[in-house]
Parts: sequence; C-alpha cells; structure tokens
Amino acid sequence: MNRLKAVGDWLDQRLQIGPAIRDAMFHRVPAASASWWYVFGSSAFLLLMLQVVTGICLALVYVPSGAQAWNSLQTLNHAIALGWYLRAVHGWGSNFMVALVFLHMTQVFLFGAYKYPREFNWITGVFLLIFTLGMAFTGQVLRFDQDAYWGLGIGASITGRIPLIGAPLVHLLLGGPIIAGDTLSRFFDLHVFIIPALLLGLVGIHLLMVLKLGINEWPMPGRVVRRETYLKQYDELVHKDGIPFVPDAIWKDMVFGAVVLLAVLACAAIFGPFGPSGQPDPTIIQTLPRPDFFFLWIFSLLALLPPGIETPVILIAPVIVIGLLVLLPFFSGEGEKSWRRRPVSVMSVLLIAVSLGILTQLGDVAPWSPVMNAWSALPVPMQYLKGRSALERQGAIVFQDKQCRNCHALGGSGGQRGPALDSVATRLTPDQLIRQVLQGGGNMPAYGKNLNPAEVTALVSFLETLHRPGQRPARDAAESGLPAIDSGQPAEH
Amino acid sequence: MSEHVSRRTALAKLGVLLNAAVAAILAVPVIGYLLSAIERKRGYTAWVGLGPLSQFPQGQTRLASFKNPLRRPWDGQTADIPCWVRCVDSQNFQVFAINCAHLGCPVRWFPQSQLFMCPCHGGIYYADGSRAAGPPPRGLFQYPYKVEKDQLLIKAGELPTLATYPATQSAGGNS
Repeated sequence: MNRLKAVGDWLDQRLQIGPAIRDAMFHRVPAASASWWYVFGSSAFLLLMLQVVTGICLALVYVPSGAQAWNSLQTLNHAIALGWYLRAVHGWGSNFMVALVFLHMTQVFLFGAYKYPREFNWITGVFLLIFTLGMAFTGQVLRFDQDAYWGLGIGASITGRIPLIGAPLVHLLLGGPIIAGDTLSRFFDLHVFIIPALLLGLVGIHLLMVLKLGINEWPMPGRVVRRETYLKQYDELVHKDGIPFVPDAIWKDMVFGAVVLLAVLACAAIFGPFGPSGQPDPTIIQTLPRPDFFFLWIFSLLALLPPGIETPVILIAPVIVIGLLVLLPFFSGEGEKSWRRRPVSVMSVLLIAVSLGILTQLGDVAPWSPVMNAWSALPVPMQYLKGRSALERQGAIVFQDKQCRNCHALGGSGGQRGPALDSVATRLTPDQLIRQVLQGGGNMPAYGKNLNPAEVTALVSFLETLHRPGQRPARDAAESGLPAIDSGQPAEH
Repeated sequence: MSEHVSRRTALAKLGVLLNAAVAAILAVPVIGYLLSAIERKRGYTAWVGLGPLSQFPQGQTRLASFKNPLRRPWDGQTADIPCWVRCVDSQNFQVFAINCAHLGCPVRWFPQSQLFMCPCHGGIYYADGSRAAGPPPRGLFQYPYKVEKDQLLIKAGELPTLATYPATQSAGGNS
C-alpha cells in the first residue's frame, strides 16, 4: 500500500494534475442537487464514451466507399464474430444518447439552470444537442442503404430550396453533382472526424464550466436569481449545506449511468442492429424511404406543411428555433428558477413534447403516403361484392385496377391519403361522384383522360353501393325538394 | 530596459503576423480543395444513351437507367441512375427524372391509372409529368433528349433539385 502511494506521489509531483483532480472530485455541491433529477447529463456523457469506443471498433471493418459500405455492413452483421452486436450497441447507444440529451435539456430548462451565471453552459448545450442530432443523421447516412440514399436526396432537395446559393450548396453537400461515392466520403468525414472533434471539445468546455460555476442548486419557489447577489448566495449555500461531489453525490450518477448502459446492451441483444435495409441501388425504385425514429417528426412536417409556405418554413424555422434557444438565457437570465412559478415554461415544454410526439406518431403511420401496392395486394372486402350486379362488380375491378385503393381505404385497409370510401354513397350523389372522378379536386388527380365512359359508369355504380345497410344514398337536394342536410339520414318508415 | 521589452513585444507581434500570413496562404489551397465539389465551368452534364428506340414503344412510359457520366470507380451501384421515358410518338419523347420535385424520392409509374406516385409525401403527377396532387411545387424534372442513329440520348449527370434545375424546364407546370 505504501509502495502504491509512493508511485502515486511520484507521478503527482511530475504530472501536477493531482490538485485539479482532487478539486473536481471533492468540490462541494448543494445537498439538494444530489438528486435523481441531476443524473441525465452524466449518463449522456457516458453514452458518448460508449459511442466513441464502439465507433472505433466498427471502423476496423467498415469501408467508407460507395461501392463497399453496404457490403461491409453485411460482413459486420453476418461474418464477423459479434460484429452484429457492436453495430447494435452503437445504434441503440445513439438512440439512447439523443433521448438523454433531450431529457437533460428539458430538466435544465425546467430547473432554470440556464440562468445567470450559467448562460454559456446552456449555449454550449444547445450546440451539443445540434451536434448529437448531426451525429445521428450522419450515422444514418453511413448505413448507406436505400433509406440513406433517398434521405440524402431529401437533404439535397431541401438545400436546393435555398435562394441564390442553393445549387452550389447542393454540390458542396453531395461532394459533386449527384449522390455517389464522394457523398459517402464526406459524411464519413463529418461523422468520424469533424462532429466528434467538435462534440468532445464542447463537452470539455461544458463540463469545465459545471465545475467552475458549480451545479445548479435545487430551485425553490421565491428564491429569485439576481446578478448582484447570486454568486454570494450560492457560495453561502454550498458552504452551509454542501456535500462533497465524491462520494455523496456521484453515486446516483453512477447508478443511473450503469442502468442506462445496461439498457443499451439489453436492447442491442434483444432487438439487434439497425439495418442496413436494401442496397443503395437507385434503380431499385420499389422502396419506401423512411428516416430514423428521431427524424420522423421532420418527415411529418415536410408532408403536412401547405406547399405554399413549405420553403420559407423549412429554411427559416430552424434558424428561429436555434436562435431562440441560444438567446433564451439573455432574455430570461434572472428571476424565478422554480417550474412552479414559471407556467409559460412548463406549458412550452408540454406543447413541444406533445407536438413532437404527435408528429412522430404521424410519421410512423404516414397517412399521406399512397400505399403503393394496395391496388394489387388488398382484395375488395367481401361484403361490398355479395349480391351486387355484374356492372357494380365490374366497377370494383376498375376501382382496384386504377389504383384508387392506393389512396382510398375500403373496409379499413388501403391508403389514407384520401377519405375512406366505405360510405361515400351517402356523401356524394352519382353526379358528384362522376364529377369528382373525372375532374379530381381537393387533393385528388383528375381521371378524365384515363377512364373510358364504360369504366366511369361501372366505377360510379360500384361507388353508389358503398353505404351501410339502411342508409339512404345522397340525393340531389334540388331534385328531391328536401334540404341537403337530410340526405344520408336513415330512411324512416 | 523598457526598450528591450518593446522590441520583444514588437517581435512577438511580428510572430503573430507571420503565422497569420502563413495561415492565409494555407487557407487558399484548403478552401479551393473544399470548394472543388462545386460546379466547374464545363458543367457536370453530358449526353448519355438510354438504348435503342425500340425499347420505348409508342404511348408507353418505361423505366430506363444510365451510368452517371461523371463517376468514380468507388461509386458502386450509386452510379446507375434510373429515369422514366415516355414515348409520345416515334420522334417525341419525355424523359422524366426519377426524383420527385418535392424532396427527391423515387416516383413510380402506374400505367393503369396513368399516374406517377411518390412513396414519401404523396406527390402525384400525370402522364405528361405535370403535377396532379400533393406537395410538389412543380411538375417532374425533365432531361433534354435527342435521337441519334436510332438511339435515345439524354443530357444528364446532376441530381435535379429546385436549385439545380431552372423552372423553365418544368414538365407542363401546374396544369
């Protein structure tokens, strides 16, 4: 034991980092901050370390070449011992890291930790979030499968909407005129060198500032932050009611960190690696490009924004959002820290969480996408064919053959782009059906050129049968002399 | 003594200046190298063959593919670019880019309903490439084409986006 201490002393004398380490370990933190709410940042850091280690391991085999990347992932998945598991840990580690960074940010926001004097800690945190999402996106590109290929196309198309310098920016993004080998090389560069360097450097500053300025105290309603008095108050708090970081506070970080890592390892073992999906061959167009989970909300936004405002929104909104986040500590640097006295902040968090949740859920279902194989894969439900005339059945064939089903559901299956047609006969009269089919309208293309009169007659006679038993079909209010509102009501006897 | 200090301070400033100059000189090749991906004067596009005219029967729209003219050995499968060829009559064609004008996903042709549908955000186009429904801000992108010795050629080589294809090449626009 004495020998060990002697070696330690010898090293300490020469390295001169002992005091700094001791300061960091035993610095006093407010007793109430040694809380389970203060553990998200440290486990996000732990996950970053996991990503570095597994990333270095994967780079031993991964080939960042347009021609070979996909094959090298197949090799990792199937031919290298535990290659699949390393990929799975890296993929799940990424998901957990994005989730924890968001959690950490939400906690910091709700606990008012971004206020004086920790403004710069918040700002570096905003960029750490951006870089984490940047790693998630570039990592998805390195998977270089069909989703990655068409995801790059979406990225390039968004870039191409930037006025004036759109074209050169597209070429800069892709490393040339088109998605190809050089595109993968530059995303490899971003994912492996540039963003990690920025991420690790910023994490260092972020952590150093936590040590220098001290961890945020537990927010108490009524304990208001003032620039003139805060530092003195914090100093008193730490001296009066402080505990050493090691071991009194750190044990919760360590327990939570271990649980998070175990969860990553378990998810990786149970669910396995992500992809790769189909090979990056653009001539295989039978594909449904989808982004990874954390970008599904963007996918939804891009589908749901009205076309007229889409370009300004997708170009300006990110600037506004990032700007607001960066500027937050400047227009709210003092005052109440407790969420109990900050209803607007709590509502903002709830609003953002609910919006992102709904958009993610919508992105998972993607009701705006036509179901490309519905017309040939989903049969017309039996009840819509039984006891129907030959003409009406012919209409059902036209309905399927003309891909109507890709956008319109029958019996609960089919596309959701347009309305389900199970009771269309109660909503539209035969004349209205004919006009809608021939001229389109709303979000429906016009079929006038693609249907001959016989097909239209058959199709409309089929559509006229689509209503529940007992429901009367829609009638022309002018002809029947009844108010239009009566149409569609069950017949009364 | 103060003279010495000011001389050393001046020399330190000279050192800073010297390094700034070296950094500026170094920045020229580095930035030039980084910007080399941006279009050169002669452009990216070239005439590439899609095959004999007999592959494209009149009145039909068929999938064709070509090798990207500007390619590297390590592009692999990404060098093969698909496109849709519509033969209007024996000498008149429309060659549509595969990429949806909305955000670049691959559109699929459905001959029965004579529509192109996009699997991503639901863009729909008519047979002539004009926008039928959904979020696309314009019709499908079209490649310039020519017929030479019974072969169909198109001028291609660039990912079509709203910025890299001028609006005048719109296929029919919003009809």
